[in-house]
Amino acid sequence: MTLQETLSPKAADPRLNGIIKLAILAVGGQGGGVLTGWIEELARSNGYAAQATSVAGVAQRTGATVYYIEMAPHRAGDPMPVFSLMPAAGDVDIMIAAEMMEAGRSIIRGFVTPDRTTLITSTHRALAVSEKMVPGDGIASSAEVMAAAEIAAQRFIAADFDALAIANGSVISAALFGALAGSGALPFDRAAFEAAIRASGKGVDGSLRAFGAALAVAANPVPEEARPKPTAVAAQVTGPARLMADWGKLAARAAALPAPVADMAMPGLRKVVDFQDIAYGAEFLDRLASVMAQDNAAQGWALSREAAKYIANAMAYDDIIRVADLKTRGRRFDRIRREMRVKEANLLHLTEFFHPRAEEIVGLFPAKLGARVEADPKWMARLDRWFNKGRRLRTDSLRAFVTLHVVGGLRGWRRRTLRHAQEQAHLSRWLATSLAETNRNYDLAVELIRCRRLIKGYSDTHARGKSKFDRVLAATALVASRPDAADWCRRLREAALLDEEGKALDGAIATIRSFA
Amino acid sequence: MAERSFKAEVEDLRKGAGETFTGEGILAITKALLENGVGYVGGYQGAPISHLMDVLADAEELLGELGIRFEANANEAAAAAMLAASVHYPIRGAVTFKGSVGVNVASDALANLSSSGVNGGALIIVGEDYGEGSSIMQERSHAFAMKSQFWLLDPRPNLPCITKAVKDGFELSEASNTPVMLMVRIRSCHVTGTFETRDNQRPTLSVKDALSNPQSDFARVVLPPMSFAHEQDKIRNRWPNAERFIRERGLNEVFGPKTAPVGLVLQGGMYNGVIRALQRLGLADLHGQSEVPLYVLNVTYPLLASEFLEFCEGKDQVLVIEEGQPEFIEQQLTTFLYRAGSTVRLRGKGILPMAGEYTGQVMLDGITAFLKEAAPQMLPALVRAPNADKPQIPDLSKTVPIRPPGFCTGCPERPIFAAMKLVQKETGKLQISADIGCHLFAALPPFEIGGATMGYGLGPAANAAFDGGGERRPVSIIGDGGFWHNGLSSSFTNMAFNKSDGVAVIVDNYYSAATGGQDIMSSRADNPTKATKHPITKALRGIGIDWVRQVDRTYDVGHMRDVLREALTTDAPGPKVIVASSECMLNKQRREKPLAAKAIKEGRRVEAPRFGVDEDVCTGDHACIRLSGCPSLSVKKLDDPLRDDPVASIDQSCVGCGNCGEVADAAVLCPSFYRADVIHNPSKWETRLAVFRTRIIGWLQARRAAGRLDFGGPA
Repeated sequence: MTLQETLSPKAADPRLNGIIKLAILAVGGQGGGVLTGWIEELARSNGYAAQATSVAGVAQRTGATVYYIEMAPHRAGDPMPVFSLMPAAGDVDIMIAAEMMEAGRSIIRGFVTPDRTTLITSTHRALAVSEKMVPGDGIASSAEVMAAAEIAAQRFIAADFDALAIANGSVISAALFGALAGSGALPFDRAAFEAAIRASGKGVDGSLRAFGAALAVAANPVPEEARPKPTAVAAQVTGPARLMADWGKLAARAAALPAPVADMAMPGLRKVVDFQDIAYGAEFLDRLASVMAQDNAAQGWALSREAAKYIANAMAYDDIIRVADLKTRGRRFDRIRREMRVKEANLLHLTEFFHPRAEEIVGLFPAKLGARVEADPKWMARLDRWFNKGRRLRTDSLRAFVTLHVVGGLRGWRRRTLRHAQEQAHLSRWLATSLAETNRNYDLAVELIRCRRLIKGYSDTHARGKSKFDRVLAATALVASRPDAADWCRRLREAALLDEEGKALDGAIATIRSFA
Repeated sequence: MAERSFKAEVEDLRKGAGETFTGEGILAITKALLENGVGYVGGYQGAPISHLMDVLADAEELLGELGIRFEANANEAAAAAMLAASVHYPIRGAVTFKGSVGVNVASDALANLSSSGVNGGALIIVGEDYGEGSSIMQERSHAFAMKSQFWLLDPRPNLPCITKAVKDGFELSEASNTPVMLMVRIRSCHVTGTFETRDNQRPTLSVKDALSNPQSDFARVVLPPMSFAHEQDKIRNRWPNAERFIRERGLNEVFGPKTAPVGLVLQGGMYNGVIRALQRLGLADLHGQSEVPLYVLNVTYPLLASEFLEFCEGKDQVLVIEEGQPEFIEQQLTTFLYRAGSTVRLRGKGILPMAGEYTGQVMLDGITAFLKEAAPQMLPALVRAPNADKPQIPDLSKTVPIRPPGFCTGCPERPIFAAMKLVQKETGKLQISADIGCHLFAALPPFEIGGATMGYGLGPAANAAFDGGGERRPVSIIGDGGFWHNGLSSSFTNMAFNKSDGVAVIVDNYYSAATGGQDIMSSRADNPTKATKHPITKALRGIGIDWVRQVDRTYDVGHMRDVLREALTTDAPGPKVIVASSECMLNKQRREKPLAAKAIKEGRRVEAPRFGVDEDVCTGDHACIRLSGCPSLSVKKLDDPLRDDPVASIDQSCVGCGNCGEVADAAVLCPSFYRADVIHNPSKWETRLAVFRTRIIGWLQARRAAGRLDFGGPA
């Protein structure tokens, strides 16, 4: 047909290659609009036609939101190019993600492809609510996104541009603009970028600082291996000579343990001695020794290592004495002044939020008396009447400080308290239950030890944690004789950490009951 | 004052003939209204046209100079009703709101307006909230045009075309005595570009002048028998006149070669997406010169049979590219072909998806599929037989968490829902209905409060079936925006009249906050042109609701919880209404931050509160987050081998609203939160006292530290 000859296929208009397609994926409130404005200004003042769009709406309220810019060389008088209003999968040249998971989202949406896309992302995390609210650890894996980005992007530029911006007294949009300049993905020089920032006329100095810092990072990326790895070095222990001598002996004992155990025993020892005293530290090592007596190198000391960790956590429980002690230390005051950027001329008011209940008060009683009071609802109600209300303590004032200081100094009394007796009993029971499995099923013993992780928090949360702990142990007991008991125990524990009410745990228990 | 100020941009609205305007679509529309001699403007805010209302509000001075009346209407119905001024008077009027929900609200007035017909040009600018970024149900405003017989423009999404559509719209409206709806999509509202400006025109007759010479015409009233005459008039006169105007002025456009075996028929709003797909297929150049004929419907209602059939002549197949459902345009065009006995094959939905946004990929896939079938020789070889040699990119869909919008840092609504969550822990789950507004974010984790939303101002009305009460009272939530939009009449008079036993919580944040912080009746701001500072409680008392509790600081979670509990348990008959008031933090910060910075600079005393977490005290159970969800309250992993779970952490974006402390107290959480108030420019006496205290505290701390081992660490 002659008609169709006029429609014969042609190669794409070569001028189309001149279109630069740039998408920005940001979290509402990150200044994506400002960044978009700068890029537009940059393009237009350098002989390009540019078009930007966004889908603002309610996504601006902390949601994920996308901005899109296209630009092409343009001479005055020529017809305007036809630009698209939205990024298309497989057709984005530069993808800027203002947060690590947004980089992941851009990959999911197909905006990052190996044939064309320069992906610039900030590696910092702004956690989504779903990641923060789980009782356990719900943080999504940045490593997975990094790995995918390495494959998906033609070029990949990643750094913590948020931290860079903050360090330079600015916001992330300025740092990302710097990263864009440093990437060399746009055909404009540094001066042109800076002119765009100046033209906007707002917070210019801070923006330029952050811009420059990010440009340097993006232009000269440091390879992963060359980056200095932060190594956690435990702080020096200091104190009076008498205590230091005792500590030296204890520390030597811990250091002499097999390496995998010592790794945990050392921080554990520091924690319990800090919580109570040298004698308590010795007790910790004794408990650990009793576990090691049932353990051996053949298993890599897994049981002892986990025991070191969780015995320390169990021994350093959260009572009022500990909280008051931590809250009144000089080091804490220094840290807060630093974090809140309190200057010499400023004053700092510090308010603490306490809400003691009868349980906490009675926990301070001598064990026998405490147990009697606790068993008496009338007394508990009375104590609640007297004590159970929110107390806001101004720890920069003398009255509140001295009160807490005195409570924090009750460490000598602690071993006689009801709370201590209860914690010790729970600790012994848990250890005994766990260790009883050592011979039959070593892995199960390890998993049972790890279940101590479930007990945390205060008041209701603490009670809920304890109940989950009990239920996990009870359900594990049902399958204890199976060879895969350890696996079940782990699954139960992980389920317990998924949600507050324990719905996932209920499900897991129901599964066990269906066959056990 | 709205969230975004357009004071600087408003200067661009003064540009005259021959100048170039560079900016956002919304601003361009505003400029076009002024260039076309509009006499009055109004509307109701809502994405994506909130900024249009903000621009108009910021441009009130200029509007005044030109003799143009601006109304920030109470709702969309009020806005549409305002167009009544164009029924009798030859005055051009324009109103704006979002579609399809705003059009729903306005539809009563729109139907009456369409029946009466107009004398002056009446333009309804609708921001069609469809596709990515939309916050509403996915529907089309198109159906309203069809049912009421007003005309629908859907121009190509670039500034010259959009501004031309404003001009065309007014003229079409006058030529056919019919209101015209100009539809702009989300991205078109925010698209940037340039166009050549013309001089602004004063209205030939101002609304003020019209009042000096009132007019009325019985024939325009929608009452029988005139209403029957109106219907006939629509069909006999207005419609044909509109068709003639559209045809003669060439409002629809045809691009590409005159003859070809195939063609594409598209809504104007789809143009750029279609061109991009053709560009990617090598069938269009940079400037949109297409090798496939295009029939671009800048007017999507009414459709012109003659024009369409002409386009189809000589073609084997045409593809209709129509976003949204049902496929009104495709059905109509199919009918045209059938009635004309045409053999042209019409394709559309099926090749393209029936539902959902026409994204770049959808467009590319659809057009490729169509051409593969209808004209395969047009496609490059690569498209006909693509190389399947793409690297496997790992699937991250299970890794990346969803990120829906939520309450901002320091939002005063957060503590209301924290309190409600605590109350539900006592009472068990309650029947809760919600409304439209920021408070609807409470439906998402971590609060998960509210199971239904029936529309703006309809929260309490949506609980009407439960007004009779039961074992536990039903609870409804509504914002102050919704209250004044139509909640007072639709929800609260409904409750009062029916002696509802229910509880309603009015979330009063001083603004229409979700739409961008516009002032409303109960706003606390001084507004020179609007009446503000009218307490909601007064309105409630006025309609006979006596059980009203005003909470002036929502951040007091304990109090909020107690008031809610009281409302749920009191013996008082009738509706129980709580007005929970605290200012939107976004707006408050915008207002107060510069003031505080200035005060610090000037040496005045300023307290700057911020919250923190003692990470040694925090056990990482995240109970606080389940009562907050604040962006500034996050979790972080500690560099401590003994800790499994991340602990709570507050970043420097915290505004010290107080929710963390209040929740820790009311829910009896852990004592790890603290509030740090940094006092700038303290008084001498204050400083002296602080020095004295610090000395004693320091002495006590040093004394204790000297008797124990120090392990370093955070505390």
